[in-house]
Amino acid sequence: MSDILIWTVVVITVLGLVLALVLYLVAKRFRVEEDPRIDEVEKAMPGANCGGCGFAGCRAFAEKAVGSTSLDGIFCPVGGNETMAKVAAILGMEVVEKAPQVAVVRCNGTCEARPRVNEYDGYSSCKVKAALYSGDTGCSYGCLGCGDCVEACSFGALSMDPATGLPVVDESKCTACGSCVKACPKHIIELRPKGPRGMRLWVECVNKDRGPAVKKACANACIACGICEKTCTHAAIAVKDNVAWIDPALCKLCRECEAVCPTGAIHAANFPKALDKEAVKERIKIRQQKAKEAAAAQAAAAKADAPAQPAPAAKAKEEE
Amino acid sequence: MARRTFSIGGVHPHDSKISRECPIVPLAIPATVYISVAQHIGAPAVPVVAPGDKVKVGQVIAEPGGFVSAFIHSSVSGTVKSVGPRKDLAGNPQTCIEIAVEGDEWLEGIDRSDALVTDIPEDGKAIVEKIRLGGIVGLGGATFPTHVKLSPPPGSKCERVIINGCECEPYLTSDYRTLLEKGEQVVVGAALLQKAMGGVPCTIAIEENKPEAIAHIREIIGRLGYADMEVMVMKMRYPQGGEKQLIDAVMHRQVGSGALPISVGAVVQNVATALAVYEAVQKNKPLIDNSVTVTGECLPTQANFLVRVGTPLSAILEAVGGVPESAAKIISGGPMMGRAVANIEAATVKGTGALLLLTEKQTRRAPESQCIRCGKCADACPMGLEPFLLNRLAKAGDLEALEENAVHDCIECGCCLYSCPAHIALLDNIRPAKGAVLGAIRARAAAAKAAAEAAKK
Repeated sequence: MSDILIWTVVVITVLGLVLALVLYLVAKRFRVEEDPRIDEVEKAMPGANCGGCGFAGCRAFAEKAVGSTSLDGIFCPVGGNETMAKVAAILGMEVVEKAPQVAVVRCNGTCEARPRVNEYDGYSSCKVKAALYSGDTGCSYGCLGCGDCVEACSFGALSMDPATGLPVVDESKCTACGSCVKACPKHIIELRPKGPRGMRLWVECVNKDRGPAVKKACANACIACGICEKTCTHAAIAVKDNVAWIDPALCKLCRECEAVCPTGAIHAANFPKALDKEAVKERIKIRQQKAKEAAAAQAAAAKADAPAQPAPAAKAKEEE
Repeated sequence: MARRTFSIGGVHPHDSKISRECPIVPLAIPATVYISVAQHIGAPAVPVVAPGDKVKVGQVIAEPGGFVSAFIHSSVSGTVKSVGPRKDLAGNPQTCIEIAVEGDEWLEGIDRSDALVTDIPEDGKAIVEKIRLGGIVGLGGATFPTHVKLSPPPGSKCERVIINGCECEPYLTSDYRTLLEKGEQVVVGAALLQKAMGGVPCTIAIEENKPEAIAHIREIIGRLGYADMEVMVMKMRYPQGGEKQLIDAVMHRQVGSGALPISVGAVVQNVATALAVYEAVQKNKPLIDNSVTVTGECLPTQANFLVRVGTPLSAILEAVGGVPESAAKIISGGPMMGRAVANIEAATVKGTGALLLLTEKQTRRAPESQCIRCGKCADACPMGLEPFLLNRLAKAGDLEALEENAVHDCIECGCCLYSCPAHIALLDNIRPAKGAVLGAIRARAAAAKAAAEAAKK
């Protein structure tokens, strides 16, 4: 009886030792050399595996970062500059700073402003709905309201507002990973710089139809009247394809465009004070009046100086 | 004898052909028509008329915008009012030519008599050219330009022309009525197609639920005495009228993934297309009207109308007494593959075959529950796909795996959705995924082409 016990222990032990040796030799022979910095970089990452950087998860990001010679074009939107500083320190590279971004919804077609013209009773998904038809309102560009963006967000930063039927971004949770931008079949979500103290302006509409048709479809839409473009003194606004777009790099947050927009399509976020539209309009009026007078005076002066050369007047007009 | 049908998948919904006894009657010409320039698969046509121009019935108003494209003719006589975007039945803007109707003056050279012309021209190429000039597209639903289908690529040869008279979609009866009322013309059209393809044999496939049509067409073939033409009686099964399914049923040949029917030597044309071919070749009449079934249990009267292309849907609905209170949904096409109409001011196109009005009860969807892996969808899929898997992959957005599982072969017949006991919206999710995969394939092909050209330089 004891013989069996002893033999069992001996056989198992010897077997174990032999297999351990085999495993050791195999591990030695077929060892995959991996840069230890990949692990370090991965540890410095937020670990959300959201894919917002464009790579399949944090590990893939780390591999890419270690394999590259500079951090140009490699940025973790979730961790932001803080994480990128850590990554740069590990890899001994230079930090590429990026302004923090946030997702903004470029549609303000609330249930009130954008009446429903038909009823959708199909599968509740924006992607499916967009594949079937233009949507249940007169606007074929705006939010479809099924919440694909909400589902795509892995940080819980998006929610549907039942009152408006539109998604709402929770700035404190949004990491600007861009999942919602990719999920929206109508491309109405845009990543924009957060702006100083979160203050920013953007046009809440993407409708490319002509003014009258847009007006019929939605009361809050951009009708491409171009008043904002004319008013802006920083050349930050351009109307293209019948819809205005504010360049965040040029915008000085003066809010004049917001004041003059006839449909209220320009949205301002996080400004400490409410906008006194009338006062701003008055200000713009006075400025334009002055500019006109100055131009007229200059033109007159130019005429007196050299009647054959009307060039300065034209130049002044251009400046205006 | 056992009736033929396709070998895999399919379902058998109740055929509900309640409008089968309604003869095709011409619908009154509306006051204004809106003729879209994108009525076919391929490049949109290019308008050649401007506002203020006077046009006659049958006059060319838009020319093909590419090889896979088609002529578009005015379906009415009158004055062009505008050329611009107008919402189609899905609410998407399409370029339309608006024509205010004045009288009904036809272009000279169009034979409007009822006399049957049975002499087949000798030259097959001339037939194809006349079809091209007639702006004929496949009227079975896909609206693929017919002359392109009749011009097989070098190296492939047509062995059989199949005339599709299955009309396997429930409710639809326009093809059935066409077979009964214009059987002679359809048979001559079939003979023209035979000639165009080089005198190959021809099969007219009709499902067994249309015995009158089967007997009628058999009698006509016997009377007119065309060689190598037969009627094949098919077992009722949806989607028998699908091109690949019908080839399988008639010729026992399977069209490969991504391949065209011509690769197995088949050319399939719908009954309505055969009629249009007859009219274009023998009568010089381009494709300016088509028959539309207007049906639904909630309608007091059923109807089959001969409708001029570009007629607003609302005008057709008015002809049957307007949309009844109880109708919850208007579908353009049949209940299986048709699309819900989002805009009844939209105009008909060449491919509009039916307007189906369904009640709230008929359109209500049962709540979705979990997939229990019963495999009914895979059994029902006539393309041999696994819809439950494609559905999951589509939700995950895994385009590579979707392509591996041949999502681009999906014909959107809806058998998976119809058979799913858990009421999962399979096709709804697969459709956008198919679009995305097709887009990726096209982008890849374009990139490969560009790379090849760059390498040449």
